[in-house]
Parts: sequence; structure tokens; C-alpha cells
Amino acid sequence: MPSPAYLLKRVDFIFKDEKDWKEILKNSINRPAHELINELISSELKGRGGAGFPTGLKWKLTAEVDDSIKYVICNADEGEPGTFKDREILSKVPLKVLTSMAVCGHVIGSKEGYIYLRGEYFFLQPELNKSIREFKDYCNEINFDFTIRIFMGSGAYICGEETALFESMEGKRGEPRNKPPFPSTYGYMGKPTVINNVETLAHCYTIFEYGSKRFYDLGVQYSRGSKLFSVSGDTPKPGIYELELGMSLVDFVDEFGDGDTKAVQVGGASGFLVPRKGFRETTIGFQGKLTGISLPTGGSMMLFNSSRSMYNVLDNYLEFFREESCGQCTPCRVGCQQLLNGIKAVKRGEKNALYLNKLMRLTETMQYTAKCGLGQSVANSFSAIVENFREEMIY
Amino acid sequence: MYPVTELIKNLADRHGRERRNLLPILQGVVEQEKYLSEYSMIEIARELDLPASEVYGTATFYSFLEYKKMGKYIIRICKTITCSMKGKNQIIKTIEDMLKINVGETTPDGNFSLLQTNCLGFCHKAPAMLINYEVYTDLTPEKVREILTNYINKKGREE
Repeated sequence: MPSPAYLLKRVDFIFKDEKDWKEILKNSINRPAHELINELISSELKGRGGAGFPTGLKWKLTAEVDDSIKYVICNADEGEPGTFKDREILSKVPLKVLTSMAVCGHVIGSKEGYIYLRGEYFFLQPELNKSIREFKDYCNEINFDFTIRIFMGSGAYICGEETALFESMEGKRGEPRNKPPFPSTYGYMGKPTVINNVETLAHCYTIFEYGSKRFYDLGVQYSRGSKLFSVSGDTPKPGIYELELGMSLVDFVDEFGDGDTKAVQVGGASGFLVPRKGFRETTIGFQGKLTGISLPTGGSMMLFNSSRSMYNVLDNYLEFFREESCGQCTPCRVGCQQLLNGIKAVKRGEKNALYLNKLMRLTETMQYTAKCGLGQSVANSFSAIVENFREEMIY
Repeated sequence: MYPVTELIKNLADRHGRERRNLLPILQGVVEQEKYLSEYSMIEIARELDLPASEVYGTATFYSFLEYKKMGKYIIRICKTITCSMKGKNQIIKTIEDMLKINVGETTPDGNFSLLQTNCLGFCHKAPAMLINYEVYTDLTPEKVREILTNYINKKGREE
């Protein structure tokens, strides 16, 4: 029986065993750089950290820069609330990530790679180091010069932002830089740098193993391939699932909801909140022409049922942002504080309900003027919650 | 255990004395001392030939680099949305009752500090906490009491 188009499609690429890594590494580094880049470009793989920049293009841009020192960085500063897939990749199939980093080194002309591992995942270090040593031994054996090291973070959400991550690795406060210049020309230590999310690198491995077509055939236009989803909140089956991109949110809720789902937070606190009435028209993937409402996510899917107060949810998000704002730009630093104070004042009855409109205008200002994605994205969940659950905000 | 000046020197020898080696050195001091005293920060600045204010500015940016004296075991309870929904307040109450301290405090014997932290990445097994670098998930008040009792006994055996 052909499966109806609306069903969720489970995929099993990421956690498929990594036993052929030596062969894949050896074959890949014997292929010319442009061929590998074209393979990635035709797969249409987009960054899996959430922002969705085309991976092949990122490698291409960095490869084209002429510099004797370049870096490959794996962003394992997984801090978005509701995301926990990268840890699973690094503990189950670390060699896939290391292999892709080395292939990237071959493509762009880099001999040094770093894994920026968040401080909360310190316990992963011993096992990961073991894999790194095993990997290095093989590189030596085949005379391939590439060294990977771990750089530990120390508990700062903002360091997942790529330029803040570079600052942090350079021994400074994790404050995002202005862009441009972009990492492809000016990254870690001012050198051309490819920085990819853990999952993106794991997908690259799949593409090197099976070719771009296997990957491209999954998903929908603009959103090719599969993606890991971290499912949590009010669900009978929390966990990590690899699904094809382009699914409808209503199907997702049918599969993972508890029958009483009131809203889904797609993409973590900095992502998008979809109330029940929007489930049917929302798909999960990257926005493109003609896609309708399509929401990108780094994988975080949090479900809320009707027992949850959306005021409490927003209060929790804002406290998170207030604490994690790096503080360098005023719209974000003061904005997050004022939004939190503001909703508390409305809840206590010290400000009337119209004050919520003023706060909405503040989030708009932040969207335009904040320096990085943190301050810019606060508006997403703020406006969705205030617009759709206004009563809960006031009473 | 090294005296802190010697520790800093060793760490600088191992990691290097460039600005980009600052974080691993700060982390190394926190690993042994549990926090960065003003004295350690000044010593690190001297060792790396940096202004002390730069070291202080960097260290205080990161939530895992404590700059107040901490207990031997630092308990960090995740307070982000899913853990908060799944009962982290009960967990905190249980620990506060057991250790007779509030969030942000250290037990008088210097063994335990209780803190809250942002998302630990265990939302599917909420609520979650860290004790130093050890993760504990799917917590219930009973489970937390058992875990802490083990730590208290372990502490007793060591002495």
C-alpha cells in the first residue's frame, strides 16, 4: 500500500553505523576539491544549526580564499532550549563528524580543526578524545595531515553564534562581531574558517558515502534531506527522531502530541511558536518562494498542552534571553530586561493591557537594531504568544 | 593539588601564553579551585601579560567560571522551559530542605553549592541537573534525595 503523503517519514542515516569511515575518508580525500563541493551543492544540504546556509557554498567560498592558514570548526555549542541532538551524534557516531571535518580540510586547504564543545557536555570529552586519537592515528597512517582538537566552552548560549564562538576561542568575551566580514574570509584568528554544526557534518558524511542524490531525494523543494528532531515537552514519546524535511506540523502533532496540544515551539526559544489553529498550514523546513508558511528549526520541537500557562512559557524564555544576552548592544541588553519587567507588570495589573502593544513595538525595534540573532529573534515567540494568548498574559 | 600560583604556571606551560589560551587556563583553575579568586585572576593576567581587567571581563562573562567561592560539589539545576514544566521547583525545594541552603548558597562545611542554570540539553529527560560534570536526569524528589545521600556518604568516607 503506498503510504499517504501526509505521514511522517522516518529516516535512518545519521545513526547508521560509521564502520566504513576509513574508506570514506580515503576515497574522499582522493577526489578533487571542486568535485566534493559540487556534490554538496547538488545535494542542497543547508546548515542544520538553524540558520540554513547552503553548506556546499560555504565550503566553496572558503576554498576560494587564498591563505596558507585556514580552520575547520565544528560548532557543538548546542544551547538552544529544546535541542539535544548534537550530543547524541557526538556520542554515537563521532567518527562521521571527524571524517567530514577532515574532508572539509582537504577541500578548503586547512590542516587544523576544532570542536567547540559546550561546557555542559564536559562529560563527553574522554570518549570523544579517544575517537580523535583513533582518527589521528589513521590520518598518520595514510599520510594525511589534519589535526582535530576539542575547545571547551564554559556555559554561554551566545557562543553558539559563529562569530561569538570565534571570540570565545580567541580568549575573549563571547560577543558577536559585525558581519561582514563573514567567516569564509575572516573567522577564527582572522583566518578563513568553515564553521559547521555537528549535524551538518554528519549529513556531509552521508553524502560522501552515498552520493548527493540519495540525500536530495528526501524532503521537499528548498528543504532537501532529513533532519534530526529533538522532541520534548508534553509528549508521550520525547526523544530524538530523524525525519524527512517538509512535514506538516499537524502530522507532527498527530504523531508526537498527547491529544491536547495547544501550541508547538519550533526551533527553540529563539524560534517560532505556532498555536493550534496554525498547525495545518505550517510545514517544517526552510522558507522559499511558494512554500507557504515554512518554519526552519535547529531541531528543537517543544509541545505544550492546555495545562500550560503561556504566560509562564514567555516569562521563562525572556528570563533565558535576559541572562544569555551578551550585553554589548543596547537593544538586546535593555530590551530583554524591559520585556520581562513589562509582562510581569501587566500580569500584576500595574500596567494595563495596552502596554503589551508597546512591548510588541519594542521587539520590532530589537528585530531591526540588535547586532545578532539573539536580540533579533526575541520578537518571534514574543509576538506569537502575545497575539495568540493575550488573555493568559493579562489575567 | 598545587598551590594556585604553581597551578597557573603549569597551565600556561601546557596551553601557551597567548590570549587565545586564556579560556583553557581559566577552566583549569576552576577545575581545581572551583572558582576564580581575585588573586588567581591577577596571577593569570601577570602570567599571560594581560591587563587584569581583561581577564576579569572574560572570566565573568562565562556562567561556568565562578568568581565567588564555591563548594566542593556544585549542583546546577536546569531551569529552562521543559525542566521548569516538569517540576524543577520541587527538585530545588527537596535539595534546599536536605542541605538547608537556598539557591545561590553554599553549605557551611563548604561541600555543596546550589545553583540554577540554563538549558542543559536534556529536555527529553527533564528535569535534569549537573553535579560538577556529572549529569542526572528524569529527577524526582526521591531520586534526588538518593543521589545527594550518596554524595554526602562519599564525602564522609573521603574524610
